[in-house]
Amino acid sequence: MTTVVELKDVHKRFGSNAVLRGVSFSIARGRVTAIIGRSGSGKSTALRCMNRLEIIDSGTIDVCGHAIHSPDIDLRRLRMDVGIVFQSYNLFPHLTVEENVTLAPVAVKKKSAAQAREIAERTLRQVGLADKARAYPEQLSGGQQQRVAIARSLAMEPQVMLFDEVTSALDPQLTGEVLRVIEALAADGMTMVLVTHEMEFAARVADDIVFMHQGKVWETGPGSMLRDPQTAELREFLAHGL
Amino acid sequence: MISGGLNIHHLYFLLIGAAWTICLSLIAFVGGGIGGGVIALCRISPLRPVRWLAIGYIQLIQGTPLLVVLFVCYFGLSILGFSLPGIVAAGLAMVVYVSAYMGEIWRGCIESVARTQWEAAECLALSRAQRMRLVILPQAVRIATPPTVGFMVQIVKNTSLASIVGFVELVRAGQLINNSIFQPFMVYVLIAILYFAMCYPLSAWSRKLERRMQFAARPVGPA
Amino acid sequence: MNYEFDFASVLERWPQFIEGAWMTVRLSFPATVIGFVAGTLLAAGRRSSVAWLVRACGIYVEVIRNTPLLVQVFLVFFGLSSLGWQVSAFAAALLSLVINVAAYSCEIMRAGMDSIHRGQLEAAECLGLSRRQVYWHVILRPAMEKVYPALTSQFVLLMLASSITSQISVEELTAIAARVQSETFRPFEAYILVAVAYLMLSLLMRAGLWACGQMIFTRRRRLGAQGAGR
Repeated sequence: MTTVVELKDVHKRFGSNAVLRGVSFSIARGRVTAIIGRSGSGKSTALRCMNRLEIIDSGTIDVCGHAIHSPDIDLRRLRMDVGIVFQSYNLFPHLTVEENVTLAPVAVKKKSAAQAREIAERTLRQVGLADKARAYPEQLSGGQQQRVAIARSLAMEPQVMLFDEVTSALDPQLTGEVLRVIEALAADGMTMVLVTHEMEFAARVADDIVFMHQGKVWETGPGSMLRDPQTAELREFLAHGL
Repeated sequence: MISGGLNIHHLYFLLIGAAWTICLSLIAFVGGGIGGGVIALCRISPLRPVRWLAIGYIQLIQGTPLLVVLFVCYFGLSILGFSLPGIVAAGLAMVVYVSAYMGEIWRGCIESVARTQWEAAECLALSRAQRMRLVILPQAVRIATPPTVGFMVQIVKNTSLASIVGFVELVRAGQLINNSIFQPFMVYVLIAILYFAMCYPLSAWSRKLERRMQFAARPVGPA
Repeated sequence: MNYEFDFASVLERWPQFIEGAWMTVRLSFPATVIGFVAGTLLAAGRRSSVAWLVRACGIYVEVIRNTPLLVQVFLVFFGLSSLGWQVSAFAAALLSLVINVAAYSCEIMRAGMDSIHRGQLEAAECLGLSRRQVYWHVILRPAMEKVYPALTSQFVLLMLASSITSQISVEELTAIAARVQSETFRPFEAYILVAVAYLMLSLLMRAGLWACGQMIFTRRRRLGAQGAGR
């Protein structure tokens, strides 16, 4: 069981607000980890620190052999190994779906146009949108755009995929199509970290669950933990929701 | 019969002046556009001295009347030993002026491309140059079109100052005509009409572009 | 280039420059105040329900915004004298500046007033405020606060544009430079100095307007810049 992601005693503050107060956990290859917790518990921040979208104040983070906390880190190599899907999809509005997916493989990995198109076709088929290659993001529904965002990240063949509340901005009837794609990716053996509010999904699909509270890891365990919480805070969170 | 001796030859002379106005405006737009692009990129450069140089330039030009910039260029050029026609000094002054204002406008447009687009591009391992070229600038150009067209109106109007250093554009043409027929009010009314004819279509176009922008900018992403 | 710069001979005429700067202020300040009031009236006119008023204000604004200030200054100057009125150059300059800035202020205020939500007006009316009170408290004052930065920029531009009135012999800063250079034969130095003077004037003006804004708009002062954006 190789460890691909390891956080040790990570601290981060925004101004006077201490968001992460000593976060430590590790993730093994091929495992799916769900991070749950209230708004403000620091879960999104912890995720964003993993690919250096936020820079930590102290502690260490190691992802796929990259020392994230080190200032000399090669960001481009890191971003090729770690993919991220955002809550607001962030597709490039001036490019078609296919162009969105092929942009990075061509520009960064120097693939030829033909190779990139092949990759795009494969990943779009994986997310069930092969027929929408020529469409523009504004022509798609929220769920479809989010799936394109997943395909765009997959096209770079990352070792780890991060999902930052990817269904929170969607209408309820559209979350299903996105969750199905994520579940398929998990079955294929992708190492994934999901910050999510979908408790049922987390219980079913995640191998490990990390419950964060007030900037610390409060409780960890397998999916069954959600049926049998050990700490009062987790019990409270599960009872009253977000 | 047109009163006061204003005849068709005078009208023709005015139209030639208007043509020179357009010519100077184009020089200002193209030269200032290139300069403005450079200024805008310098303004957002990660290198601090480059940024401060751009800020200094913009603050300097935006705090000085165009007329004074024009005189500085005009007399500055003659100090350097050049005795060039008025259009060169006027063109230089306009390019300096337009670069500063255009640069600021375009910088605003680049910065108004949502932060999330920067992040998404960064997380796909694109280098800074690639991010700018492939993701940010294409979107910024779209946003920049209405205010750029709007600023073209300012350019056309500002070329009127070139008359003061002797360049025979529309205003100077009118003043020369007036020297022979002594009907200043009527001459300036004609000049105003010609300027309006040149500027109003640009203003209307800029407004149309802006409306289309607002309509098309239904956010792509969660509402 | 075998030119020797000689700023000294220009600098020793600094009292004249002070006079010129004072004239610039004497032109810009009243023009700003009167022009702003006129512009607000125009904006109200453009938003009114009286069709001919809307059209008239619209035409006025479009004509002014699509013709150069230089031409407007000459038109006012020669127009008034052709009507037989002997006005001073100062009065003609002031009038043309007011006419000019009113048009631009109109558009700025109009944008501000248009951005007030219908819901606010309805709420105010349902609280029993009279139409005039609604207009002042719910439309004009919030609009002024919202567009204050844009107005500030416009007024600084006006101050800079007053340099154009040197062409009808108003003895403001730019005209002083011309006079000084005819005495010292140092035009380049004279205009460089004048450029610096204008820079200082615009910085002072911005600072002054900012301070005014902080005093008048107490919400801005209390909440800071972030508060003003909401």
